[in-house]
Amino acid sequence: MTERNEQERIGVYVCHCGTNIAGTVDVEDVAQWAAGRLKHRGVVVARDYKFMCSSLGQEMIEKDIQELGLTRVVVAACSPHLHEQTFRTACQRAGLNPYLCELVSIREQCSWVHTDRLAATAKAKAIVSGGVERVLYHEPLEPLRVPIHPATLVVGGGIAGIQAALEIADSGFPVYLVEREPSIGGHMAQFDKTFPTLDCAACILTPKMVSVGSHPNITLLTWSEVTKVDGYVGNFTVTVRKKARYVNTELCTGCGVCQEKCPKKIVDEVFEAGLGYRKAIYTPFPQAVPKWPVIDRENCTYFQKGTCKACEKFCPTGAIDFNQEDEFITLEVGNIILATGYDLFDPRRIPQFGYGRLANVFTSLEFERMSNSAGPTGGRIVLRDGVTEPKSVGIIHCVGSRDRNYNNYCSNICCMQSLKFAHLVKERTGATVYNFYIDIRAGFKDYDEFYQRVLEEGILLIRGRVAEVTDAVRLAGEEGKLIIQVEDTLIGQQRRIPVDMVILSCGLEPRRDAKEVAKLFGISCSANGWFIERHPKLDPVATMTEGIFIAGACQGPKDIPASVAQGAAAAARVLGRIQQREIAMEPIRASINADKCSGCRICNNLCPFNAITFHEDRMVSEINPALCQGCGTCVAACPAGAIRGTAFSNEQVLAQIEGLLLLNVDGGRAETVVPEAVAT
Amino acid sequence: MTDRFEPLIIGFTCNWCSYRAADLAGTSRLKYPPNIRLIRLMCSGRLDPTFVLKALSSGADGVLITGCHPGECHYIEQNYKALRRYLLLRRTLAQMGIEPERVKLVWASAAEGARLAEEIIKMVEEIRALGPLNWPAADGGRGTGDGKYPASVIHPPSEEEVTA
Repeated sequence: MTERNEQERIGVYVCHCGTNIAGTVDVEDVAQWAAGRLKHRGVVVARDYKFMCSSLGQEMIEKDIQELGLTRVVVAACSPHLHEQTFRTACQRAGLNPYLCELVSIREQCSWVHTDRLAATAKAKAIVSGGVERVLYHEPLEPLRVPIHPATLVVGGGIAGIQAALEIADSGFPVYLVEREPSIGGHMAQFDKTFPTLDCAACILTPKMVSVGSHPNITLLTWSEVTKVDGYVGNFTVTVRKKARYVNTELCTGCGVCQEKCPKKIVDEVFEAGLGYRKAIYTPFPQAVPKWPVIDRENCTYFQKGTCKACEKFCPTGAIDFNQEDEFITLEVGNIILATGYDLFDPRRIPQFGYGRLANVFTSLEFERMSNSAGPTGGRIVLRDGVTEPKSVGIIHCVGSRDRNYNNYCSNICCMQSLKFAHLVKERTGATVYNFYIDIRAGFKDYDEFYQRVLEEGILLIRGRVAEVTDAVRLAGEEGKLIIQVEDTLIGQQRRIPVDMVILSCGLEPRRDAKEVAKLFGISCSANGWFIERHPKLDPVATMTEGIFIAGACQGPKDIPASVAQGAAAAARVLGRIQQREIAMEPIRASINADKCSGCRICNNLCPFNAITFHEDRMVSEINPALCQGCGTCVAACPAGAIRGTAFSNEQVLAQIEGLLLLNVDGGRAETVVPEAVAT
Repeated sequence: MTDRFEPLIIGFTCNWCSYRAADLAGTSRLKYPPNIRLIRLMCSGRLDPTFVLKALSSGADGVLITGCHPGECHYIEQNYKALRRYLLLRRTLAQMGIEPERVKLVWASAAEGARLAEEIIKMVEEIRALGPLNWPAADGGRGTGDGKYPASVIHPPSEEEVTA
């Protein structure tokens, strides 16, 4: 063993975590073993306790630090990602530098994943031994204090992003809101009614959009995308590409004459979900914020053929500028909130439902537009021909959700959305409505009441997954209809139900480019592709990357109330940071010992953050601690051993390896008798 | 207790992905054999090949190196550097008379608890098949696999010892 500092006095604390650890690991044995076997390594006390993280458990550690004069603490409990801070703070209260505490995981990496009690106990001992060896090489550290820039970047102008931006701006701090479409509003702006209250989406959303547009603290950047993110929490430098609008926003009054005069009509695949038209110069909808239109270069007659310029001719303020180019602007911000939303599941992927092949099969978003009084049909619910009202409608739930072939998760909103559709169809057409469901999930405030209300309106609910939607007639009465083939699992029979119109309640999916966005901002995606929060229950809007927060459906399928709540929550987290003015960061940094540095410059090119500079005059390299992120790649690469990685030093890792393998050297499993000479 | 050889594996994990995958395996109550003991690094790029040699010379029969998937590194691209070192290290190991298969590199994102658990299960079986590592070290190749010799007997002297 490496020589240890004789003066160190280590306390070892083994947690039962109720039965979470004690159920598989003999925690008393681990503590006793540590007190005996690791005595010669400086362990002066080893205790086990029901819940170490409780106030009593923490007080026990604090008392020992003060009364026994502990200089190092090892806690064997859950993952450091859960409670490292808890125990560090306890040490600090007792006057011990918090970084002299080591939390080793015997729950996530031992008791929860193993079943053999003997083997799990032996492994827990090894883990404790590794922690004890490592903690001997810990150094007292001070957290790095970094100033927080008071501005915030919000990416995505849907309801979650709008809420976050307004909360922060109303508190008096600057916000940049970046949206890639020409207007903010997101999916909510496309909807007509919102469940369960059936209030109109526009009535509650547009006032908020207007507030964003006119707020003195909000800089709105629509038709823009973030292309680069540099820096770290408190000090991000973000590059935003402002796509050319071909409209001078200083001059444009938003009168709309250009849109009237533009001769080019295009099917609007984005806002109108393919049901309606827009012009080549357009705002997605009349209440768009900002009011300035954009020219769609791909479809503009002038850009494609070189003549037209109708918009320019008729513009009363001369705002059209065909020479505009993309502009790159740089923003300095302290925190970033991502509220990038979701994409709708593409039902063409389930060919047996016939979308794209059978005219009267609609997606949920198409139906939202159709039922919207400002939509392409003026709110009339009609078949694809644009005039015929359906006499019977089938609404299929869970399209692309809860389906192993597509997405195994529940999309959360579709039950309520489908019930809302059923209500709207019934109300406006009096048609017979069938809902085909697997389970009805109406679990939030007033949701089940809405379900009961829809049931009372005479909607027919059929429990079963739809096998097929077809126009192939087999029975009398099916002529000219779409036939829904389904197993009614409540009566245990196959049924064929002829209807005029089918609505597919499509699930929500991560944005197609979610992975690239995650990479751009340095966060990660779950297996399903949603952004991962720091903790699923206790830290739902933070991410593992300091200073980057997530809100709304980009984190997982969510309805409007939940998205608003997350937007506000993320804003609260950011505001807390801004008001602190600075943030304490883990002092995990690399540093170069100039005396040992040979000036070989191997490390220089390894650093992706350009934190290492070479001083030609002294022929040594130096690390800028403000830029260093602490990955340690240079530490591992330095052939002279001149680079030191704080908190993950060579000595710490090598000692931990020795400690972890101690039991093997002793002969393996827990029941092995510890040699007398070593135990005493 | 059977006479079956129980290999010992040291696993190096990245703080941002594979350590979290290990946590996820735990919270999902997945099961894998207790033959692996994990060490947390901030990044797979921190993995000094010395760590692997140290583990093997101190009694480990295998070493599992884990990191973020290519393109998903928390530190942009440092896992590629880990990959480079890993490939060189395997060559070096072969030259030292150690089966390169004893050291393995696996990518596991924070969401891939199940994948990590599977890889651990697989690796334990692979190392079990290889048998104990007999490190051809200064003690004439007796090795630590038989459990008779404490690591301090055979591991190379530390830098301080050499200079003193």
